[in-house]
Amino acid sequence: MHIPTPPLDLEHARDASFQAAVASESGQCLASCYQCGMCTAGCAYTPDYDVPVHQVMRLVQLGLREQVLSCRAIWLCASCQACTTRCPNNIDVARVMDVLRHMARRAGHAPEANVKTFADSFLASVARHGRVFEAGLAAVFAIKSGRPMQDAGLGLPMLTRGKLALIPHEPTGNGKAEVAAIFARFNRFADQGAGRHSHDDVQRSGTPKASANTPKARSDTAKDSAPTTEDGQ
Amino acid sequence: MSDATTTNLTLAYYPGCSQTGTAAEYDRSSRACCAALGVGLVDVPDWSCCGSTPAHTVDHHLAGALAARNLIQAELTGHDRVATPCPSCLAALRTASHHLAEDSHPNGAAQNNASPGDADPNSRTRPSFRSQVERLLDRPAPLRSVAVSVLQVLVEDVGVEAIAAAVKHPLTGLRVAPYYGCIMNRPPGLMAFDDPENPTALDRVLTACGATVVDFPFKTECCGAAFAMPRLDIMQRLSARLLDMAASCGADAIAVACPLCQMNLDLRRGQVNAFSLGQGGIGHAMPVPYFTQLLGLALGLPESGLGLDKLVLDLRPALAAAAERTAEAQKLSAQAAQAQKSAKANGKNGTGHGPKPGCKENTPCA
Ligand code: SF4
Ligand code: SF4
Ligand code: SF4
Ligand code: SF4
Repeated sequence: MHIPTPPLDLEHARDASFQAAVASESGQCLASCYQCGMCTAGCAYTPDYDVPVHQVMRLVQLGLREQVLSCRAIWLCASCQACTTRCPNNIDVARVMDVLRHMARRAGHAPEANVKTFADSFLASVARHGRVFEAGLAAVFAIKSGRPMQDAGLGLPMLTRGKLALIPHEPTGNGKAEVAAIFARFNRFADQGAGRHSHDDVQRSGTPKASANTPKARSDTAKDSAPTTEDGQ
Repeated sequence: MSDATTTNLTLAYYPGCSQTGTAAEYDRSSRACCAALGVGLVDVPDWSCCGSTPAHTVDHHLAGALAARNLIQAELTGHDRVATPCPSCLAALRTASHHLAEDSHPNGAAQNNASPGDADPNSRTRPSFRSQVERLLDRPAPLRSVAVSVLQVLVEDVGVEAIAAAVKHPLTGLRVAPYYGCIMNRPPGLMAFDDPENPTALDRVLTACGATVVDFPFKTECCGAAFAMPRLDIMQRLSARLLDMAASCGADAIAVACPLCQMNLDLRRGQVNAFSLGQGGIGHAMPVPYFTQLLGLALGLPESGLGLDKLVLDLRPALAAAAERTAEAQKLSAQAAQAQKSAKANGKNGTGHGPKPGCKENTPCA
């Protein structure tokens, strides 16, 4: 498959600290990637990626921060671990993709808005119930994604097989409160790290905050708080 | 059961959210098989969600804290090993243990990060993974308990021979594609179980059950994971090719070990078939039971305890087809034996010119 490479503007777009930041957050030696393409060859999602995973690695090496953080591929990675398993240089490529997704969140990018909405709705369900409440998650996602009918046909077979719990199974003791407290601390620290207060938290809007160990990257949190309005599909 | 008292194999058990809803039959059949094979399971008290994939795609410390809370709870059972049927839970729990252990070193990066090109001036000031997780938990995080899959317990602690010896109703003739899913064995450094490219644990369990395991090249290819909701088209494409491959291998059923795989291949079959038909392909009716359901059947456990009625695609036609095929094969081999016998008899009584039994002209080509 031929994937055209967008023009590279190394002169102006290069952010020399980007590779170091990704290396540090992921704990991976990015310089050792020699572009063999093994990761891309084994990635089941390559046909859906705008930038194949080995090119993502290269763009990081080149310090092309914006190009990496705005791509769709980092949102479509399923963490299937094929690349990590096969990289001849022992790079945990899936973890690098994870870290890029964290950075993209902090920078306010979400080109695959529904993927972000799904993760946010999932975690909001966990924050509220201590466990995932599947029926609630499906309902919330159906509304937020703007495609309420996509899975409507699944309700009946699930109902007749007793698979659709209509009441959440919550932890039996303190678990629910402890999980809520973990999310509350997470949101608080993220806000502190960002050096300012935000109008948003998981329980209210279903949008977890990104952590803030690189505050300068958190330039645009406004988009973070509005997952439902940026349905870019 | 009776053998349960004779072994002292007991572990903590973490069901995971899916197993209280869409994958209730995986939980039920896992418990039933473990009980029948002498594995004691003590539920992790007051367990909460492990965080699964969404948590680590948002933040590694949040993911670590959500998983670590359950490892702490697991220690309350008095057992250091936590068995879970779900590979996503397994990955979440093992990842947390792994990074907490690694973090006895100040920065996990320090070990891998050998290159000067990656040197980060901030890495010394970055707080450790452990301290970040403990800050979210607001208490010390454990190191002691470690998660294992129910499959690993069955293969390594119980053993395939013991399983084979306990089989009462062998699944003779049932052709099964063993589907491990993508993360049961990957990455190998983390999961430390079986082969990451060609795992065989499921093959061995199913063979012990008397089933015929087909050589399935997509054992570890991803089914589309949780993309069914946000990007249905991706899940359809990936699950469709799994079904096509299983069909071309001649499988009657696909045995799975992951609740998400099962949901994509079974509950969402209508969506996947619609995609295949739209591409000019064919739809498939092949059932997708959990391997623990097949094992339970082979062990002679009551069907009601295995949740077979929860499968969207009925397993019974596949079992009936296998039984019919086996009966047919038995009839044919009986006929062949009869024919051989009479040929032999002819050879003795006749002129002696008849072909010898077993000589080439007598044997049909394969
Ligand atoms: S497999 Fe590893 S070395 Fe090869 S291109 Fe991918 S990341 Fe680079
Ligand atoms: S982990 Fe992500 S990038 Fe790596 S092979 Fe799987 S889907 Fe592709
Ligand atoms: S991975 Fe799935 S099943 Fe496992 S606990 Fe978490 S959400 Fe729940
Ligand atoms: S194949 Fe699909 S569902 Fe199954 S383990 Fe991977 S992601 Fe899980």
